[in-house]
Amino acid sequence: MACDAAATVAAIRAVAATVAEHKVELTHLDRDIGDGDHGENLSRGFTAVITKLDAGAPETPTAVLKLVATTLISTVGGASGPLFGTAFLRAATSVGDAGTLDGAAVAGALTAARDGVVARGKAESGDKTMVDALTPAVNAAKAAAEGGGSVTEVLSAAAEAAEGGAVATTPLQARKGRASYLGERSIGHIDPGAQSTAYLLRALAGAASD
Amino acid sequence: MSVGLVLVSHSKELAQGLADVARQMAPSVTIVPAGGTDDGGIGTSFDLIAAAIGEADQGDGAILLYDLGSGYLTASTAVEFLEPDQAERVVIVDAPLVQGAVSAAISSQVGGDLRAVVSGALEARRANGPGGVRSLDDLDG
Repeated sequence: MACDAAATVAAIRAVAATVAEHKVELTHLDRDIGDGDHGENLSRGFTAVITKLDAGAPETPTAVLKLVATTLISTVGGASGPLFGTAFLRAATSVGDAGTLDGAAVAGALTAARDGVVARGKAESGDKTMVDALTPAVNAAKAAAEGGGSVTEVLSAAAEAAEGGAVATTPLQARKGRASYLGERSIGHIDPGAQSTAYLLRALAGAASD
Repeated sequence: MSVGLVLVSHSKELAQGLADVARQMAPSVTIVPAGGTDDGGIGTSFDLIAAAIGEADQGDGAILLYDLGSGYLTASTAVEFLEPDQAERVVIVDAPLVQGAVSAAISSQVGGDLRAVVSGALEARRANGPGGVRSLDDLDG
C-alpha cells in the first residue's frame, strides 16, 4: 500500500487507538514520576484529531501531519502538547507536498520530528525524556532508509529502537520535566514520554504493514 | 501604549491573582493572565497564551513570564506561530514569575521600552526579599 494521504490517516487512526489502549498505563507511569496526566492528555489530543479527521480527510500526507500537529498543540496541554505537536509539525514540513512517501521521506520526517523536539525542549540524550526513544528511532530509521528500506521497514526499525530506548530510560535520573524535581526517586521508572513515543511508532509501523 | 505582560501559569487563579497584584503598581500597563487549560483546569493552553499575546502587544511589544517548564514550552510554541515582525518584539523571560511580573510591570509603567521591561523581569533573578533564610548555613548558624 502506497504511503499516501489515506494511508497516513489510517496510520494516525492506529496511533489514536494505541493511545486509548494505553491511556491508563501511561497515566500510571506519569503518576509515578510526574503530574499524572500524560495518558489523559494524549488521549484527549488524539480524540480531537480523530474528530477532525472524521469531518474531512486532508489531501496530502503533509496536510494530515499538520492537522495532527495543530490539534495536539491546542488540546494536549502539559509538555506533550508542544513537544509532540512540534514533532508532527516538523515532520509535515519535512515531507513537503509529496503525494506519497517512501522510506527515505519517512526517515527524514522522523529526523525532523526529533530535531524539533530537541529544539523545543532542549533535552539531551540521557535526560530521561522522549528524546531517549526518538534518537535511537531516528538512527535506526536512517540506517534502514540508507539500505533502501520501504516505509514499513523504516518504521519497524524505528519502533523497535524506540522500544529499546524507552526501556533504557528506566535506570536514568531525570534531568528535564516534572520528574527532574524528584531527583534520584525518578530512577527505576520508565519515562512516560519515551514509552508513549515507542507506542506511537509501533502503531505507525503496524499500520504501514497492513 | 506601553510594553505589555503575559503571565503564563498552570493555574487560572494564580495568573489572575498575580495580574491583580502587579496592576496595583502598574495601572496603565496591559497585563494579561493566561493561566490554566481551556476548560479552566490545571495546565497551560496554547490558545489562551496566543490570545493573551495579541492583547498584551499593542505595538510596543510584550514579555511573557511562566511558572513551570511546560509553560515555557507552550509559550514558545505560541511565539513561533506569530508573524515575524510581531515575534521580534515578543520575549519570553526566564525569571521568577511573581517577582518578575511585579518588577517588569513597574518598568513598563514608568515608560520603559521592551529592553527595559525585560531587564526589570531579569532583576527578579538576583533580588532577595527583605528577610528569611537564604542558605542552609543561615538555618544552622
